[in-house]
Amino acid sequence: MRPGRLVRWAIWGVRIGWLAQTALLVAQAASADGFPWGSWAASLNLFVWMCVGVYLIWGCRAPFRLLGLVVMPLAAVLLALAWAAGGVGEQARTDFGDAFLAFHVGLILAAFAGFTLAAALAALYLWQDRRLKHRVPGVLRLRSPSLQTLDGLTVRAVAFALPALTVGAGIGLARLREEGASFDAIMGLTVLTWVVYAAFLVLRWEAGWRGRRTAYLALAGFLLVVLVRVVLTPFVHF
Amino acid sequence: MRLVLVGTSYQRAPVELRELLAYDRELRRGALERLGGGSTEAAVLSTCNRTEVYAVGAEPGELEERIYGELAGLSGLSHSELAPALYTVGDEAAAVHLFRVAAGLDSMVPGEAQILGQVREAYEAARESDTTGPTLHRLFRQALRVGKRVRTETAIGENPASVSSAAAELAERVFENLAGRRILLLGAGKTADLTAANLISRGVGEIVVANRSPERAEALARRFGGRAVGLDGVEAELVHADVVVASTSSQGFVLSAGQVARAMKERRGRPVFFIDIAVPRDVDPAVIELEGCYLYDIDDLERVVAESVAGRREEAVRAEAIVSEEADAFRAWQLSLDVVPAISSLRARAERIRREELERAQGRLGTLSPSQRRAVEALTSQIVAKLLHQPTVRMKEAAAAADGVLYADAVRHLFGLGEDADQARKPRQ
Repeated sequence: MRPGRLVRWAIWGVRIGWLAQTALLVAQAASADGFPWGSWAASLNLFVWMCVGVYLIWGCRAPFRLLGLVVMPLAAVLLALAWAAGGVGEQARTDFGDAFLAFHVGLILAAFAGFTLAAALAALYLWQDRRLKHRVPGVLRLRSPSLQTLDGLTVRAVAFALPALTVGAGIGLARLREEGASFDAIMGLTVLTWVVYAAFLVLRWEAGWRGRRTAYLALAGFLLVVLVRVVLTPFVHF
Repeated sequence: MRLVLVGTSYQRAPVELRELLAYDRELRRGALERLGGGSTEAAVLSTCNRTEVYAVGAEPGELEERIYGELAGLSGLSHSELAPALYTVGDEAAAVHLFRVAAGLDSMVPGEAQILGQVREAYEAARESDTTGPTLHRLFRQALRVGKRVRTETAIGENPASVSSAAAELAERVFENLAGRRILLLGAGKTADLTAANLISRGVGEIVVANRSPERAEALARRFGGRAVGLDGVEAELVHADVVVASTSSQGFVLSAGQVARAMKERRGRPVFFIDIAVPRDVDPAVIELEGCYLYDIDDLERVVAESVAGRREEAVRAEAIVSEEADAFRAWQLSLDVVPAISSLRARAERIRREELERAQGRLGTLSPSQRRAVEALTSQIVAKLLHQPTVRMKEAAAAADGVLYADAVRHLFGLGEDADQARKPRQ
């Protein structure tokens, strides 16, 4: 069935909004002196752009539209936070080198965007699983992906994001050693996040974990991402 | 020309009568030959739930009588015996009826998909027999469009309407698709047969049949190209099965929660979907508590089907709006037919005058080169076309507002179009 008018408007709204945000990021990059997303608020803006971009790969396809109910409100809140903290305006130059920031911030944000998508897929999995387990009579009335698809995509999203986090955090730690700076709480939590997602993949591939157990693990990892990205970063890391 | 529909359906006639009124391919061809021809158009729609004859002709009363005669001849029943089961509708109401039929709104299960193919088949048969004309062409093509629109713009056909298709769709909510999946059938009765057939149509890989009677298990396994095992081999098979369909006549559980739990350990978390359509139930309901196990019994499936059908009914409201929109378009087209002869006559008259005037001016134009002559031809044609464009558009608009006949008469009177025809006929008389 072709989506209704409201759904079509919503899809086009997301696409146009994302393109507008792309234009904003390009404008920021053009006007900035160095790496433009070095501040917490600006990196949050870039993070939202990545999350919505990753969502758009799947989200507009019929069975995955429900993902939008998880991803889009989250993106809207984070974008509002970034805007309130001045992350969508002109960015000042930071003391760190451009290449270091581009790799460190870019890779960590890409990893966090992947974990966000994995969490949204895991949430959709748990919702669908609950409906099937409880034999909800209207279970077939809402289109949603199969449990197997959701489970597989969650694993793929984590498998893509974890290497990005590994390299991004590794660059940061190398820099830390070079500069002789101290290890902060964010770094500790980022390492813990890495451990949770690494355990996710090991348990999935080696111990045969799947379904609800891996979905809960993906959500637990995402809680750490929220803690790192939204709660602690503005106070500790920048 | 008037459109007439005479027919019957499951709402008016029991199956005993419907089977007397059913047309196969050959019978339909004969009926079309008898009813159609000349200026009469005819089409016959015959399915297990309905037989309907659509005809277009100048005399609706006479058409109706001919169709009654045709149906009486087919069924061997008298006019009076048939009459209570038949409905007769004309023009716009007949069009709306066909649109609703094509949309699946008049079907036993709202939105069923088969009917659209049957409407297409009726149209193709009429075309092959050369009994379609402008009205039936337009009517059936529009009906097919309505059917497609309703299925793409609403969700009327999306949810399952039977227990076996609901079971298969639920399994597809666990696994992406059933292609290559292994199905374990417990019991070899008719219900297992039906459900297995539905699953096989979705491409399942291997079928294993377990039954108390090895002969029946073998017979069913042979039918589906699977293999048979005894009931004692069920636990071992459970380790590899993705979907289990249970329908034995056993008085106790055939599969206990303990058996399933043991199998699940070996499955390394791979999910399994249980469809228990047996009464009394074959699968211990405690199985639902196990991680990766999904269990639906017959009541659960019936609730899912009831909800689906209710959903289809909700979508039917949106489908009715599409039917109504298309019926308006058909009505506007039908009304425009009133002015088509007047428009054609007016254009023919103008063209004749243009040619006559060009011939009259032939002497004065004799010196023109061929390209100059073509330019004059094009110029005069353009003047005629531009002059007639506005009146043509206005007449069509008036036709849509049901004033078409008045305007057509006025045009005939003002331009003396009828007189032309009279003068043309005089020498022949």
